[in-house]
Amino acid sequence: MTDLTTMSAAELGRLIAAGEVSAVEVTQAHLDRIAAVDSAVHAFLYVDAEGALEQARAVDAARAAGQAPASPLAGVPVAVKDVIVTKGIPTTCASKILEGWRPPYDATIVERMRAAGLVMLGKTNMDEFAMGSSTEYSAFGPTYNPWDLSRIPGGSGGGSAAALAAREAPLAIGTDTGGSIRQPAAVTGTVGAKPTYGGVSRYGLVAFSSSLDQAGPCARTVLDAALLHEVIAGYDERDSTSIPQPVPPVVEAARRGAEGDLSGVRIGLVREFSPEGAEPGVVAALQTSVETLAKLGAEIVEVSCPHFSYALPAYYLIAPSECSSNLARFDGVRYGLRVGETPDSTLEEVMAATRDAGFGPEVKRRIILGTYALSAGYYDQFYGQAQKVRTLITRDFQAAFEQVDVLVSATTPFVAFPLGSRTADPYQMYLADLYTIPANLYGGPAISVPCGLSDGLPVGLQVMAPTMADDRMYRIAAALESTQEPLLSSQVPTLEGKTR
Amino acid sequence: MAAISREEVAHLARLARLAVTEEELDTFSVQLDVILQSVARIGEVAATDIPPTSHSVPLTNVLREDQPRPGLQRDAVLAGAPDAEDGRFRVPRILDEEA
Repeated sequence: MTDLTTMSAAELGRLIAAGEVSAVEVTQAHLDRIAAVDSAVHAFLYVDAEGALEQARAVDAARAAGQAPASPLAGVPVAVKDVIVTKGIPTTCASKILEGWRPPYDATIVERMRAAGLVMLGKTNMDEFAMGSSTEYSAFGPTYNPWDLSRIPGGSGGGSAAALAAREAPLAIGTDTGGSIRQPAAVTGTVGAKPTYGGVSRYGLVAFSSSLDQAGPCARTVLDAALLHEVIAGYDERDSTSIPQPVPPVVEAARRGAEGDLSGVRIGLVREFSPEGAEPGVVAALQTSVETLAKLGAEIVEVSCPHFSYALPAYYLIAPSECSSNLARFDGVRYGLRVGETPDSTLEEVMAATRDAGFGPEVKRRIILGTYALSAGYYDQFYGQAQKVRTLITRDFQAAFEQVDVLVSATTPFVAFPLGSRTADPYQMYLADLYTIPANLYGGPAISVPCGLSDGLPVGLQVMAPTMADDRMYRIAAALESTQEPLLSSQVPTLEGKTR
Repeated sequence: MAAISREEVAHLARLARLAVTEEELDTFSVQLDVILQSVARIGEVAATDIPPTSHSVPLTNVLREDQPRPGLQRDAVLAGAPDAEDGRFRVPRILDEEA
């Protein structure tokens, strides 16, 4: 039999349901793979081998007892970004301030995955509190891109994306505030989808920027991402931003897209995403993909979204402002770290010492920036103005979707960059999210799908759709995918026995 | 001209309860200045009459029936706290004590 760690989640689910392989065998194969390669990749912050095998045994026992599979993904392993709380399993957000904390409850999406029979392998590395584009801001050391271990795997969800590319897991959960699912997917040759804001419950997602944060599926194929999307999506009364509407038919759309017929579909190219800021290899891969989509029958239309060029500044005012408020909860009282307590110290001193010791540099920068943007005298000029620009960006999207069904762009302006090359100048790091941020500000769904290589490194195509039309992006992404040889079949270097 | 001074950064850090070091202040004030100069571009957009967007969900004031339901187990929650006493979070001194 083919190596179980090279198969898609859909295939694994089918084999387990048919009894051709057990959930325990599938889980053990991935645990073995983690043991063999994670010292080189460092995708995981915590591996729950015992818990995973126990869940796998339960799936096998249910099958032996004649029960129907709980879902098409029953028995399939999944890795979870460490910003999602998991009952009794360490959840750190890659921050020293939460080191060793074991949450007393499961996030809604974790409950849903358990109910669907998915097997949770462990928690993946990320930029601290999901702030970053390279996973270099993890307090527990970076993750390395399986394509080239001297390069970043993207961020903030670099651990989830690298785990997929290194075949340590067939599925993963990410979160996307400004591109943290899509940009890592692009630079690791994997698939990552940010659902419509409100489409997937955030109960148990540690908040960074509440008006933008969204959890979503990461996978190696579009269909796998859609299958996981269907498991985690849907209304949740515990999340007041959860949309009380049916989940868009994403799996059906992925299957339909794979048939490779896009006749009647209108695809928009955003004029303001000018190629000047992007690497030539990225521009070339985008060009080729757009030609392919046209060959499949789609009509390509250029559209104008004049305010997209202000998305990056608007985001870097809104997100830090919300972060400065959300992260106030880390006060050394209710969870995690407390330092600097003496018989004479006050609560305020302990709080300030704890937060200085517990937060890393990017988190501190954003807290200070957000405190500034929200302070009296600057509020209207910065935060207030950013919220108005957000309205204009939303209107740009709405006008564009009057003309076209979806918008496409490169996911990120550049391929995976070398570790350490952008940490000294935070604004250079922020540019990684140039094309992904508009969808967060608007709230619509967007997906990144592999679309070629530039100098041997993966490039991603982004498909953006109207809110609650998540199915559209899956259809287009699956159609493009159907024209390509899977990037990950032969290109990733051997990782076994490798050290950095 | 700098968009933000070292003194302002120190003041903001104090407001945000971050006991930053002198070295951090040096680094952050330079980096935050670069970031602020870049994001200040937002002011170019004429948006006086544009309503602000605070979030993108078409929902306001989500309510539910006020029915009692089980919450988290107290001891499980306190187990994750830095310090607890008598079933409560224990905090450092809040008020100045009289001698």
